[in-house]
Amino acid sequence: MDAASRTAGGGGPAVICSDMSMTYGELTAVASLSFEAYPGRILAILGPNGAGKTSTIEALEGYRRPSGGEVRVLGLDPAGDSRRLAPRIGVMLQEGGVYPSMTPQQVIRLFSGYYRRSCDPDRVLGEAGLTAAARTPYRRLSGGERQRLSLALALLPNPDVAFLDEPTAGVDPEGRLAIRGLLEELRESGACVILTTHELAEAERLADEVLILARGRCVMRGTLKEILAASPDGPVPARLRTSVRIDADELCRHLGEAPGWVVEEASCTYELRVAPSPDQLAAMTAYLAAENVAIEALDTGARNLEDAYLQVVRGERLEER
Amino acid sequence: MTEVARAAEEKAGAPLHRRLIVQSKAEVAMALRRGESLLVTLGIPLILLVFFAEVHAFTVAHEKPIDFLAPGILALAVMSTAMVSLGIATGFERGYKYLKRLGSTPLGRPALITAKVAGVLVLEIIQVALILAVAAGLGWNGGGNAGEVIAVMILGTIAFSGIGLLLAGSLKAEVNLAVTNGLYIVLLLVGDMIVPLSRYPGWLAAIAKALPAAALAEGLSHSLGHSGGVPGSSWAVLIIWAVAAPAAAALAWRWE
Repeated sequence: MDAASRTAGGGGPAVICSDMSMTYGELTAVASLSFEAYPGRILAILGPNGAGKTSTIEALEGYRRPSGGEVRVLGLDPAGDSRRLAPRIGVMLQEGGVYPSMTPQQVIRLFSGYYRRSCDPDRVLGEAGLTAAARTPYRRLSGGERQRLSLALALLPNPDVAFLDEPTAGVDPEGRLAIRGLLEELRESGACVILTTHELAEAERLADEVLILARGRCVMRGTLKEILAASPDGPVPARLRTSVRIDADELCRHLGEAPGWVVEEASCTYELRVAPSPDQLAAMTAYLAAENVAIEALDTGARNLEDAYLQVVRGERLEER
Repeated sequence: MTEVARAAEEKAGAPLHRRLIVQSKAEVAMALRRGESLLVTLGIPLILLVFFAEVHAFTVAHEKPIDFLAPGILALAVMSTAMVSLGIATGFERGYKYLKRLGSTPLGRPALITAKVAGVLVLEIIQVALILAVAAGLGWNGGGNAGEVIAVMILGTIAFSGIGLLLAGSLKAEVNLAVTNGLYIVLLLVGDMIVPLSRYPGWLAAIAKALPAAALAEGLSHSLGHSGGVPGSSWAVLIIWAVAAPAAAALAWRWE
């Protein structure tokens, strides 16, 4: 199926969240949130605990009706049109969702019976890397195996939209690799994927777009490039570790900077106040080579999603105070 | 057919009968794997049947205690399966987020509840066969109207399933476990199952007669015995509970 057929009418966003709010009594979990998500793309919703990620995703899944605003998934109201929507979406809960005595093989067979187009449970188990654990009761599966089973269940209907709550939480590196592969395949098939995560490196690897929530509001949204470009500026230090101690002030002079621009943090470990330019980097390596000093580690201070996220979220906290 | 329509057609839920069959099978399989559930649904009724048939703890109007006990224990079996086993299991399913997960599939709430009741009925067939076989071995010589027996048992099953699902759908799993077990003991004592209503004080007998346990036991006693048809009051109480309890369960139901 092509990406166009995965939207409400053949084009445009698969998911629309328009001025949505979610309140629980006095608590406002989500306030005036608006965004769209598109077929063939992965949107990562990030934010600290209590930012409104789960409330948002549960409104999109149809578990909760928004207190205000509107949500549409494939053109349908998730809470009101669940009968028509359920066969076309995949849902991965943050935890649980499987009866403890059931084995992966049993639960995949059971869930595939709910859909018109049945699947081969053995193939699904193989794709999720669960063949060896096929007959192990859920209660005895490892954290990573449980996550992979939960993901396999979400992908069972070959969904047009997949909602994944913390898909890589508690998963070992090998498991993450498997999950990453499944999500990339899903994106390539044209599905719209919305995931929440605290794993920023994972989001950076997978997501086409990022939405950062704080205190129930969207504080930043865009592609990774846009997020990095738009996050508040601030000095991002670089770090250097050498084989032997060096004279930090001497290095400053070679880099054309005032003394103090390079500071010795610990023995053989130095902080450069801002990321060095390419020329400074070349000068620094030349200086160290002349001094017969080996570079053991160098973090050039290039910004990544984690830097941008932490800056945004810390800024929000300061504002809150 | 447009591409969008074809996609929607391909990605539909399975037909209702198929969803019901797969879910009912799963419900029965899960119930048979729960040891504590088998103790309540089969173990306790059979132990009580044999014990009170042999010990003669209560004087009853019947010639043989087993004639009173067999229908009472059948009523107990229905209550055990429909209310206790179903209710407690469903409460834990909610705690495990299994119900929440099912809520996002095409299974649907009506199919899930129907499958759960179908699973209860299958277990009840096993219970009835075992209890009647043991009762016959203890000298019970029942008869009566099979149609009435089935109708009374179905009404009792619906009423107790409604009570079990009402508690499971509105209480935390551990609280539900305690409340359901407590209710089971109370209804066992005031349900005309092992202690005849004739031995209760008048006020307690009046309350007991308004509860589904005594109505079910009395209905089964008449329909399985040789003392005429099921009294109108038993039908009325069972029908009211069979309508009200599932309706209340549906209103109070939460997937998580």
